[in-house]
Amino acid sequence: MKTNFASSTLGRKFVMAITGLLLVGFLVAHLSGNFLLYQKEGSLFNAYAQKLASFGVLLYAAEVGLVAFFGFHAYNGIRLAFLKQRAKPVKYAVTQSKAGNSKWGLASNNMMVTGSVLLVFIVLHVIHFKYGRGLAEGYAVQVNNEEARDLHRLVVEEFKKPLITVLYTAVMVMLGFHLRHGIWSAFQTLGLTKENNSNKIYFVGGVLGVFLGFGFLTIPLYIYFFV
Amino acid sequence: MSNHAKSTKTSSKNMTVKLKVWRQKDAKTEGKFENYSLDGVSASMSFLEMMDLLNEDLTKKGIAPVEFQSDCREGICGTCSCFINGQAHGPERGAATCQVYMRKFAEGETIVIEPWRAAAFPIIRDLVIDRSPFDRIIAAGGYTGAKTGPHADANSILVPKPDADKAMDAAACIGCGACVAACPNSSASLFTSAKITHLAMLPQGHPLRERRVLRMVEQMDKEGFGHCTNIGECQSACPKEIKIDFIAQMRREYLAAVVNQRPESKSGGSG
Repeated sequence: MKTNFASSTLGRKFVMAITGLLLVGFLVAHLSGNFLLYQKEGSLFNAYAQKLASFGVLLYAAEVGLVAFFGFHAYNGIRLAFLKQRAKPVKYAVTQSKAGNSKWGLASNNMMVTGSVLLVFIVLHVIHFKYGRGLAEGYAVQVNNEEARDLHRLVVEEFKKPLITVLYTAVMVMLGFHLRHGIWSAFQTLGLTKENNSNKIYFVGGVLGVFLGFGFLTIPLYIYFFV
Repeated sequence: MSNHAKSTKTSSKNMTVKLKVWRQKDAKTEGKFENYSLDGVSASMSFLEMMDLLNEDLTKKGIAPVEFQSDCREGICGTCSCFINGQAHGPERGAATCQVYMRKFAEGETIVIEPWRAAAFPIIRDLVIDRSPFDRIIAAGGYTGAKTGPHADANSILVPKPDADKAMDAAACIGCGACVAACPNSSASLFTSAKITHLAMLPQGHPLRERRVLRMVEQMDKEGFGHCTNIGECQSACPKEIKIDFIAQMRREYLAAVVNQRPESKSGGSG
């Protein structure tokens, strides 16, 4: 029998889970770097940005990988959203959870909503900062006696704008919700949960998800109010 | 269970309930809700007895009775299938519609009754749905290879107790379809995984283990059920309280089967 693993619902969910967990790994690294923004002078953050940029080809390779993971994740998510529509075309007049062990809630029921917001956000975010003002616009700083981009200045200037801060904060709340269900869901999808660890994974996944969302949202707020 | 406090609301005295019931002539006709008021409902009636009372009342009034599915009325056959007030099988956990009693509802309460909603379960009439996709998933691989000839001694194949227990838990599935009904994606993962786990835990199921999971998953997709997003509402809706741990097991079985896949023999077995 020929099995179409990639097009089966289980196969698609494996792709969602693996790319999702890789993206969570990226978020952990990203947030670790972002915590350097708590240093008001910004020298540490600029040095970190300069170090990353100095990886050159390796950085490009990592970026291509990230775009690929993200693309697969988003593409599969959209495909599955259409499948959901096909599988349940008529909705109930009334629905309510039977509670108990159900994970039914804001996070689990709105993965497509939070995911779509994140998709749009990430495109804008990359344009906003990665391809934002740099050396050409005079955002220069000395790092290890070399001229480097003053990314810290750009970040601070942007997060002094109320609208930007509010938008980033709102999206990071959505990220928290997305990860609250997503991390647990990836483990369950990969079959890594068993009777004895399922509740623990649900708990730890939730804590990590909320920590990442909350961690990211503290930075624009910190800059807006305290820098 | 959780609603015991509510049960004190209604005494032995008969009550009146307002019913908002989905009426649909057949699969092709568009359906709609009809409102009925029903008197003389006893708190100790089962939900289906209340439906019988409604139908007697409707028949007397010259209205076509509401078609609904039921058989054993003791929670073992999996035939009844009402989506009551937004919940598969109504407010009681670990119970089928036939095991829900009217004491769960308050005097004068409006009860919304809908059929299971899933593209794979077309509505035949009113609350009656076609669950034959489940039969086809079972036919695709939900069986064991059996030796012909005189039957073996009952205990000739030993099964470790934990495996036997797990197989029993999975085998408790009565195929009612509440998991599909409760799932926002109409996924049949809980049903399919229960059957796969049941047979995967037993030695008798091993020869066909990999082929079984590949075929059953393929059939599940073919029937138009959705994907599983691990919301787990199915395990709360399940009258037999089957756990989504079995869905995780199905994924392990599936992955292993995909990795180990061997070409299937074309010539057929020698019998």
